[in-house]
Amino acid sequence: MRTIQGKFHRESQSKAEDLEHRRMMNHALNQSEIAFQNGKQQFQNLDKAKEDAQSVKEKATIHLDRYLLEFEDRFTKNGGKVIWARDGKEALEAVWKICAEKKAKKIVKSKSMVTEEIHLNAFLQKKDIEVIETDLGEYIQQLSEEPPYHIVAPSIHKSKEEVAQLFHEKLGVRPHLGPEELTMVARRQLRTEFQEADIGITGVNFLLSDIGGVAITENEGNARMVTAFPNTHIAITGIEKVLPSAKDLELFWPLLATHGSGQKVTVYNSIFTGPKHRNETDGPEDMYVILLDNGRTNILSDPEMRESLHCIRCGACLNVCPVYKNIGGHTYNTVYGGPIGSVITPHLSGMKEYGHLSHASSLCGACTEVCPVKINLHELLLKNRRKSVEQKNTFRLEKFSWYIWKRSMLSRRMLNTANGNTKERMFRYLFKKSWGENRAIPTFPKKSFNEQWKERNSKIEK
Amino acid sequence: MKIQLFVPCFVDQLFPQTAFNMISILEKLDCEVVYNPQQTCCGQPAFNAGHWNESKIVAQKFLDDFDPENYIVTPSGSCTGFVRNHYHKLLSGKIPPKDLGVKNPLLRNIFEFSEFLVQKLDYTKIKASMDGVGTYHDSCGALRECGIKSAPRKLLENVEGLKIVETEDSEVCCGFGGTFAIKYEPISTAMTEQKVHNAVEKGADYIISTDLSCLMQMDGYIKKHNYKIKTIHIVDVLSRGLNPKYSSNSGYCVS
Ligand code: SF4
Repeated sequence: MRTIQGKFHRESQSKAEDLEHRRMMNHALNQSEIAFQNGKQQFQNLDKAKEDAQSVKEKATIHLDRYLLEFEDRFTKNGGKVIWARDGKEALEAVWKICAEKKAKKIVKSKSMVTEEIHLNAFLQKKDIEVIETDLGEYIQQLSEEPPYHIVAPSIHKSKEEVAQLFHEKLGVRPHLGPEELTMVARRQLRTEFQEADIGITGVNFLLSDIGGVAITENEGNARMVTAFPNTHIAITGIEKVLPSAKDLELFWPLLATHGSGQKVTVYNSIFTGPKHRNETDGPEDMYVILLDNGRTNILSDPEMRESLHCIRCGACLNVCPVYKNIGGHTYNTVYGGPIGSVITPHLSGMKEYGHLSHASSLCGACTEVCPVKINLHELLLKNRRKSVEQKNTFRLEKFSWYIWKRSMLSRRMLNTANGNTKERMFRYLFKKSWGENRAIPTFPKKSFNEQWKERNSKIEK
Repeated sequence: MKIQLFVPCFVDQLFPQTAFNMISILEKLDCEVVYNPQQTCCGQPAFNAGHWNESKIVAQKFLDDFDPENYIVTPSGSCTGFVRNHYHKLLSGKIPPKDLGVKNPLLRNIFEFSEFLVQKLDYTKIKASMDGVGTYHDSCGALRECGIKSAPRKLLENVEGLKIVETEDSEVCCGFGGTFAIKYEPISTAMTEQKVHNAVEKGADYIISTDLSCLMQMDGYIKKHNYKIKTIHIVDVLSRGLNPKYSSNSGYCVS
């Protein structure tokens, strides 16, 4: 039962002590920070924009049922098909059914965290279908057979040199290519894949309820290729991605771009409202949208946690998180890493298994401060901690310690019984191991402030 | 002006001199400082660990120990932020609707020391002197829970002989985080290490902050690795050069 936590402990230690990893991450995330600081200049009043976005998402979440049905209605009228999936298994079956119908052999994909969540690639490969990631970062991750390191920048942890080496090994190109040449290699490689693919699968940035549309944001143009070449387009999304109206994009596109990559708007922004119509020349013949629940309604039904569904997956909270920076994305051992991952994973995959992530935070609040939809991330971590205690996941010793703490804090007499030396010895005894090798144990003065104050005042009174 | 002193549990146990120095400064500014010796803790440690029932009982005691109608001043942004922002949730067990004014006036009357000096006493020019280069560390409690950023800097600017330099990561967490420092020691110390290194690189002799929990964390790292840089609480900086009533006969001068 505790093995996931044990693994986290081991891996977080080895990453935190890995100085090369630290250097890489600091460098990469500093770049993001600089870009963000520049990008946010486009807002006259960023805080107001964030407040507006928060209230739009609040509205969307509270009336989620209505907006989803409205989306389905419009999208279906436009010739699209909507599939509701309660969990990953249902979503995979739906994809498989479409593949079988279309006799698909090859699928191209643009970036999608939801497909990571349901482990789509592994599933399709087992069915003998070739899947190719077309976002450059995801492509690199696929070549190295690793899950993404970051929800927006999947290969953020890899240096140019590592990527050059990877391309050399996996694609047989010359070693030591520069970034531009590497991009050209990927482009050439992917070009044929787009042309040959039977189905294109994308994620979704926003579901637009009032027009029955799917909005996709990207910087490489690959999502456009994925949706333009193959005859079938499947968009897979969590049900929380709804915006009431296409008009909301004027706020959400720049917010997402600035917080995700420091841009004013991303390079390519597309809205898909269904398959190609009879009088149109371009676009897929069939378009499906799979609406995935997979635990999200658990969160929806809990008023305390509900706001975590407002997330637009911009990745900003990861960029500013000192814990993420120090331990990296894979250590979390979850689909969604960083603060938002630590908040939602216990509710999607089990408090017992993932509750420890809520404790792996100094609660510094940098995530809450940056979040474009004002999710109170560090407070939600606190709530997770409380919920975990309520669900009796606490060790008996820990429970007992807090009982003793409570008793001491209720009684000044008890606090004043031992002298400084004894307290220091006690501290050593209790925390020697967990205080670690890198910090000196604090020294306790002989007497507390309270005792000294009392002594002085009694002298004055005399 | 009457001021109730709140000495947080770990300040009480580990850094009594800072509390005495704070009394000296406030008295120098003609405040009447009262201290209720029954006080212990605001309840934050258990709250942060998820043990809200235990926290609630201690918070209740805190409310009993202080007069809600008078100012409470404390040398900690973390405790101030906790009482201000979390008491209503903890004690009512509910999330209040947004913008609902907090009913208990105590939640409005508690202040972190430097914030109180600048905001309430409108005082920035304490006659203090300390030689050397200092860098200010924004504690997460002060910065993000209380929105304190300029007040301590204004106070420090006026300290004679002290040159203040800013590090790029002044707003980044020191890595303490209460139980986090114990449960995830390697991550916690990795964070501290970078804070200390960056301060040293900037040529600072002192890391100054509003919160002794942060300073204790960084000091532990500094001592273990024999760095020359020192940590010092803003109260202890500002009390230098005063002629304090209390610090003369005490043996626990910080620095
Ligand atoms: S929680 Fe906020 S900051 Fe983090 S990914 Fe989601 S929207 Fe972005």
